Amino acid sequence: MLVNERGTGTSVMGAIEVRGLTRRFGSLTAVDQISFTVEGGCIFGLLGPNGAGKTTTISMLTTLLAPTEGSATVAGHDILHEKDAVRRNIGVVFQEPALDTSLTGRENLDFHAMMYGLTREVRDARIHEVLDLVELTEKAEILVQQYSGGMKRRLEIARGLIQHPQVLFLDEPTLGLDAQTRRRIWDYVKQLNRSKGVTIILTTHYMEEADYLCDRIAIIDAGRIVAMDTPARLKDLLGGDVISLQLNEEGHTFATYLQTLPWVKNVTSMDAHITLTVEMGESRVPEIVKLGQNHGVDVVSVSLRKPSLEDVFLQFTGRTIRDQEGGVMDHRRAIVTRKARR
Amino acid sequence: MIEGVAIYVLWLREMKRFVRAKSRVVGTIGMPIFFLAFLGLGFNRVSFPGLPEGVSYIQFLVPGIMGMTILFSSTFAGISVLWDREFGFLKEIMVAPVSRVSIVLGRIAGGATTSMIQGIMILFISLPLGFHLPGGSEIFFALIFMGLISVIFISMGLIFASNMHDIHGFNLVMNFIVFPLFLLSGALFPVENFPVPVRILAYLDPLTYGVDGLRWGLLGISSHGPWIDVGVLLASSILMIALGAFFFERCEC
Ligand SMILES: Nc1ncnc2c1ncn2[C@@H]1O[C@H](COP(=O)(O)OP(=O)(O)OP(=O)(O)O)[C@@H](O)[C@H]1O
Ligand SMILES: [Mg+2]
Repeated sequence: MLVNERGTGTSVMGAIEVRGLTRRFGSLTAVDQISFTVEGGCIFGLLGPNGAGKTTTISMLTTLLAPTEGSATVAGHDILHEKDAVRRNIGVVFQEPALDTSLTGRENLDFHAMMYGLTREVRDARIHEVLDLVELTEKAEILVQQYSGGMKRRLEIARGLIQHPQVLFLDEPTLGLDAQTRRRIWDYVKQLNRSKGVTIILTTHYMEEADYLCDRIAIIDAGRIVAMDTPARLKDLLGGDVISLQLNEEGHTFATYLQTLPWVKNVTSMDAHITLTVEMGESRVPEIVKLGQNHGVDVVSVSLRKPSLEDVFLQFTGRTIRDQEGGVMDHRRAIVTRKARR
Repeated sequence: MIEGVAIYVLWLREMKRFVRAKSRVVGTIGMPIFFLAFLGLGFNRVSFPGLPEGVSYIQFLVPGIMGMTILFSSTFAGISVLWDREFGFLKEIMVAPVSRVSIVLGRIAGGATTSMIQGIMILFISLPLGFHLPGGSEIFFALIFMGLISVIFISMGLIFASNMHDIHGFNLVMNFIVFPLFLLSGALFPVENFPVPVRILAYLDPLTYGVDGLRWGLLGISSHGPWIDVGVLLASSILMIALGAFFFERCEC
């Protein structure tokens, strides 16, 4: 568990406390009994495939959606009974666009700032600051309907920061942004967290983003939290090294065989590609190649690396993050075998 | 709790949108203008039964068409919450630290202002068509009636929007609620001309009192008397705001 030593102005602990939060839509349970605590001043990530329940969770925590069961506090206030107090202390960047496109960028920001009761001088200063951050100063007087998708996204991020919230919710904040802008946003988010002690909860599809930004990550699948820890510990959970094999042909049979070996941990195969986790991977590579030959498959290339968050995600959800981005069909989905731990 | 700033922000937003959305304005006052032009010019020589002594049909019609304009634009202003939801902006409003009542009042303030502007535009457009304001007209009271009509129907729009899931119900509301309310209100001919069962429905329609009040303000003629009109409209306004706020608060976006 990460202890926050830099948290300055914020509450000492438990900026967000979630207990048994559940939301059903008819017969579908979108969020199923999730519980977690986010310490004040931390950056907490929710990782999960499409439809996992991330946005539903955020909607409940930001008072937009009533939970079916369970409860939560945000910045020390109950999301059901102290909605106004919660709203005063949070900033939200929604996954879906939430701008008035018939207003200019500056008007969107100014109206937002007024809603939060900021005075003229403060508004002007903050708007200047956030416009500068997202590099929209030149476009501020243009109607938002003339913005590109990325510009709209940047404007929304700017807007979420204006009121200097105690807790900031970012639902897929950098989706669709180019690498450069994303990097800038990351740095600002990190700096905001460091210097002002803002607690941040974000959902993301980008593993590097979660890895780079988050102090703790919860992997959520089908409405349940399946793993939760620091990125480093999550990666340690897999154990050993990840070996990727490129074969000359489809390799499910060989993958099935590999699973039976006692020193092989997790095997994932997709077409002619096999990924497995092995302790002391370097020493096992020659053996694996030889075993392949015995089974009549040629190993075309081998790579060996330390586990990434991507591997952890795959392990717990049975999907790679790339699968989701293209909305790939089931047959492309990796076949994952979880071996019981010995 | 009522936050003035929030109401002001929502009002200002509506003003900016109104000024920029020329096509929307033309769209909403286009139909009333057609009614005004075709009915007004077409029936002007016909002697209508039930018209007060010495009042020409165009005189009688203009307050009715102003009522119609305000009915349509107000209902639209209320129901346009659906569009805010569709385009995501409603979330931005709902997550703001202001009471839901302020949000409803802000919407009403904005919608009432734009609706009244459109009503006044109809008044001006009617002047070259032969309408004239008699000496004893009380424009100020006409404005009050315009405001009350707006409040009632913006709230009605909000009630519908809060109970609808998407924008597809919009046409249904327009065709089966708003149009009948308009036709029943006596905007086109005196309510007294209806057969009794229809007349009862007409008396249940708040717009009937709105149009009657407008006629009193603009022409000095009235079927029910201005105090009954004001009383009914005021009571309806309070009821509709309360219902609007209740349903709006309850809906999930
Ligand atoms: N208003 C709603 N009515 C019915 N079902 C809903 C509603 N909102 C969400 N759901 C369902 O709840 C589940 C979780 O949705 P949610 O939007 O929280 O997923 P997510 O993790 O944010 O996914 P994504 O990565 O695609 O944004 C989905 O199966 C979705 O279809
Ligand atoms: Mg989502």
